[in-house]
Amino acid sequence: MCMLGELLLMKGNEAVAEAAIRAGCRHFFGYPITPQNELPEYMARRLPEVGGVFVQAESEVAAINMVYGAAGAGARVMTSSSSPGISLKQEGISYLAASELPCLIVNMMRGGPGLGGIQPAQSDYFQATKGGGHGDYHLIVFGPESVQEMVDLTPLAFDLADRYRNPAMILGDGILGQMMEPVELSEMLDVQLPPKEWATTGRSGGRRHVVSSLYLDSSELEKLNKRLQDKYLEIMRTEQRWESLDVEGAEVVLVAYGTTARVVKSAMNLAREEGIRVGLIRPITLWPFPTKAFESLEDVGRFLVVEMSSGQMVEDVRLVVNGRWPVSFYGRTGGVVPDPKDILARIRELARGGGTR
Amino acid sequence: MKQVFKRPQALSDTVMHYCPGCTHGIVHRLVAEAIDELGILDRTIGVASVGCSVLAYEYFECDFQEAAHGRAPAVATGIKRVLPDRVVFTYQGDGDLASIGTAEIIHAATRGEKITVIFINNAIYGMTGGQMAPTTLLGQKTTTTPRGRLAEYHGQPIRICEMIKELDGAAYVTRVASNSPRNIAVAKRAIRKAFQVQLLGLGLSLVEVLSTCPTNWGLTPVESMKWLEEKMMPHYPLGEFKSPGEVK
Repeated sequence: MCMLGELLLMKGNEAVAEAAIRAGCRHFFGYPITPQNELPEYMARRLPEVGGVFVQAESEVAAINMVYGAAGAGARVMTSSSSPGISLKQEGISYLAASELPCLIVNMMRGGPGLGGIQPAQSDYFQATKGGGHGDYHLIVFGPESVQEMVDLTPLAFDLADRYRNPAMILGDGILGQMMEPVELSEMLDVQLPPKEWATTGRSGGRRHVVSSLYLDSSELEKLNKRLQDKYLEIMRTEQRWESLDVEGAEVVLVAYGTTARVVKSAMNLAREEGIRVGLIRPITLWPFPTKAFESLEDVGRFLVVEMSSGQMVEDVRLVVNGRWPVSFYGRTGGVVPDPKDILARIRELARGGGTR
Repeated sequence: MKQVFKRPQALSDTVMHYCPGCTHGIVHRLVAEAIDELGILDRTIGVASVGCSVLAYEYFECDFQEAAHGRAPAVATGIKRVLPDRVVFTYQGDGDLASIGTAEIIHAATRGEKITVIFINNAIYGMTGGQMAPTTLLGQKTTTTPRGRLAEYHGQPIRICEMIKELDGAAYVTRVASNSPRNIAVAKRAIRKAFQVQLLGLGLSLVEVLSTCPTNWGLTPVESMKWLEEKMMPHYPLGEFKSPGEVK
């Protein structure tokens, strides 16, 4: 594998797998689904070389529960899938969040609903950021815009998962998974995992450990919920990440994440050539949603949210903007990637003061 | 005075919630005795399932994880693949293992996961109040087979041991019963053997224990023991279905 500083041309799926291994991940449990198959395939080849274990489970349901067992046993562990497969994992993800088990879940989104298609989409924003399974919980969710950023966020996702004892998710899409880009990988890290004295590794020093999310006493279950909510508040306070470009003074501030943000950046260049003042807020953490990027804004015309969905993240933008400025939305679905020219048309329209949606 | 009977070290000093006449307590004790005798308490991790035994983690002294309904063999796989030198067992009922969790048990057995499965078959859903289980006998009345289970309407009862024994990764498959001192002694030996099979890394070991549910069967504890023998045993014959030569 490459030395530090060397650029490699890698597929997103493979790059995130290698980044996970370099971040100390030695256990992977997965199930095939397009467009993320290169990730488990890479793990199947590479993990045995570094003393790790790859298991192809019988289903996404089994895979996420293997992750539960492995995380509960103290491992730095990971799974990956794509939209319909993530739906299947949601039960297990709820248990992971409730039992406060750290792990990394990668979702290379494809178009839905139902079996949908295999082309890129961003229509899993709701199930990624609003819990997704039953109960009140959140994952720590990252929305990288490039293979390099996905690689850079992978060790951070593992570290935050451990720090907060919470599952983390990288929310990519079919393009990020399939696209080849030059990447610089970190060296193989000699990762010292934080002590996990809660893990079920066999009784140590006579102390036994239990991993469970069952609380038959309602006041005890409420206590768990309060503790979880306190943790989520702390994550909201400290872990928001985003990129802001030319926001102050912009007639139109675009909000987009992941692949769509890159298309939006092209559209912004076209708009600037026409003399339109445009800015961008690009959430990097989707949960916690980067509300801080919006809070101190003053001189802004209006917002245009662009997604490969029918409008999911736009709800969080409207919540934080809270009526201070108009918020418009442009989305494509079903695996259709927005064209910069179409976004430009929306920007023009809004810069002239027209259109609300 | 010589002490002739005591609580196994692997069993916690907790009052169990099981109904009078239910044999979960007996099977818990047998598992705990086997853990004690093999000296593996400090390196054993149990996986509890969803059903009446959901609180099993309260009753054992070893480390435990509580799994989602049916997923205990997958959770056990995750633990064992991280900690291959530990002993991992699941404790599952018939709704958990033979209905919602069939995929997980079949594929854990197929992969030859080096785990031990204690499978409690009492032919009914206990925790949820007496619904039909996949193991409910033909003619048996439950809250969802109020006129008795009919083959053409509800389907036939499933025989797990007979199915699992066909899988190459399953090393030890046996069916025992918890209804008499003699059968309990046999069950004890089977459970200890199942752990030994795991310790030797031979593959998945599964012990099905025919058990009682007086509350949901609508019988007294004594009648239940008789019902188990007269009704369940003909459909679920006892005995070893598969046994490796390495362990006696």
